[in-house]
Amino acid sequence: MRTPLNLGMDELRQRLLHMGGLAEQAVDRACQAYRERDLARCQMVLENEGLINAAERDIDELAFDILARQQPLAGDLRFILAVTKINSDLERVGDQSVNIAERVMDMVELPAVQLPVDIPRMAAAVSAMVRRALESFVEGRAELAQAVLEMDNVVDRMRDEAFILLVKTMNDRPEVTRQALDALLVARNLERVADHATNIAEDVIFWVRGADVRHNVGQDTDANAGEAVKE
Amino acid sequence: MGVEIKVEKINAWYGKTQALFDIDLDVLANHATALIGPSGCGKSTFIRCLNRMHETLPGARVTGRVQIGDLDIYKGTSATQLRRRVGMVFQKPNPFPSMSIYDNVAAGLKLNGFSNRKQTDEIVETALKSSALWDEVKDSLHKQSGASLSGGQQQRLCIARALAVQPEVLLMDEPCSALDPISTGKVEELIFQLKSKYTIVIVTHNMQQAGRVAEFTGFFLLGRMIEFDKTERIFTNPSDKRTEDYVTGRFG
Repeated sequence: MRTPLNLGMDELRQRLLHMGGLAEQAVDRACQAYRERDLARCQMVLENEGLINAAERDIDELAFDILARQQPLAGDLRFILAVTKINSDLERVGDQSVNIAERVMDMVELPAVQLPVDIPRMAAAVSAMVRRALESFVEGRAELAQAVLEMDNVVDRMRDEAFILLVKTMNDRPEVTRQALDALLVARNLERVADHATNIAEDVIFWVRGADVRHNVGQDTDANAGEAVKE
Repeated sequence: MGVEIKVEKINAWYGKTQALFDIDLDVLANHATALIGPSGCGKSTFIRCLNRMHETLPGARVTGRVQIGDLDIYKGTSATQLRRRVGMVFQKPNPFPSMSIYDNVAAGLKLNGFSNRKQTDEIVETALKSSALWDEVKDSLHKQSGASLSGGQQQRLCIARALAVQPEVLLMDEPCSALDPISTGKVEELIFQLKSKYTIVIVTHNMQQAGRVAEFTGFFLLGRMIEFDKTERIFTNPSDKRTEDYVTGRFG
């Protein structure tokens, strides 16, 4: 039987997936714009942000409506709470993508230079994290979400490495300081996108297993990690 | 003060039909414990075993052990002795219709042979204050009958009647199911306050109500206690899939 709560949750899931698609697209476009020094793509990211913000408001409104009128409990309650938190993280992913696009717009005005940092590799890792975090939500699988948490350390290391190399470049070649600074800010924004993907994965684990693994509290790698959401 | 309740292997029958199967439960003193479950799951039967009302039905019987404070209620304790210490409030308010408000509250005292008028006055006033009804009825205690009160007031009158004999445990069998939201809110507020003095066990079909008033919740299904835990746990992350299905409205 389809109850108003079931229908509302289905609608919420669809809206969040749509928003996830927009956020994922924004990161990919911003990274592609970096690789290709493409101003048109930067512009698309900026225009896309309004859609993401509107989607965030729609999802929050629906979630509040469900909480107020349907009073969900247990797995349903965890689902709604997870959706509202994932919603905020996706909106922030949109903001970080805009930040990256703005750095690219600045870089495009400057001469192209070789920098000792592999931003496209970092971007690929971050995009994969966002994609897998959303997949873990779609499939309600904590094991996929757990894998995202483990990827965060890799991206953190890439960011640290980029920081060291780019600061050294600024010291050694002051004439490319602005380009190096832009690249450093891109790396920092990518790392923040990875943090949001991590948050999303933590929220999926909370929904599926009822376990709070934020800030490495209550995190485990036991058999429960692979448990799918109770059907 | 409230006392602890320890239930061990309670089984109950209506004739040949078994209604409860090996229920074990520890109820903490001065806390509210809610019992939830679909109709016919045995939660009301269980609560009626805690004051020996179940056995009063023809053909009904109970086995097992229930310890309420220092009383082993099925061994060497009379029903009268027990009910002085365990008050009960039912689903439908049931004031004595021909009695005044005052006499309704004092009824239990009189049944127990208590006749000191001055002390009875004090106890009636305290009980009505405890049940948050005093301000509404203090000017018509002797003039107005219990039946003339509103449904919510009648239920609070029944709570006052139960409190007048100064019990240690208060059993409530769906006490708000016949009340409007305002009256329900008053009774829930009352339960919250009464916890400091009494141990409360409440049967409810309203899960939000269990969430609001009880620190612990037990889920019954088909005469068995499926899960017992902190209320927060039962309503956010129950261990048993049957509990999850019930609280999320997937059955029952």
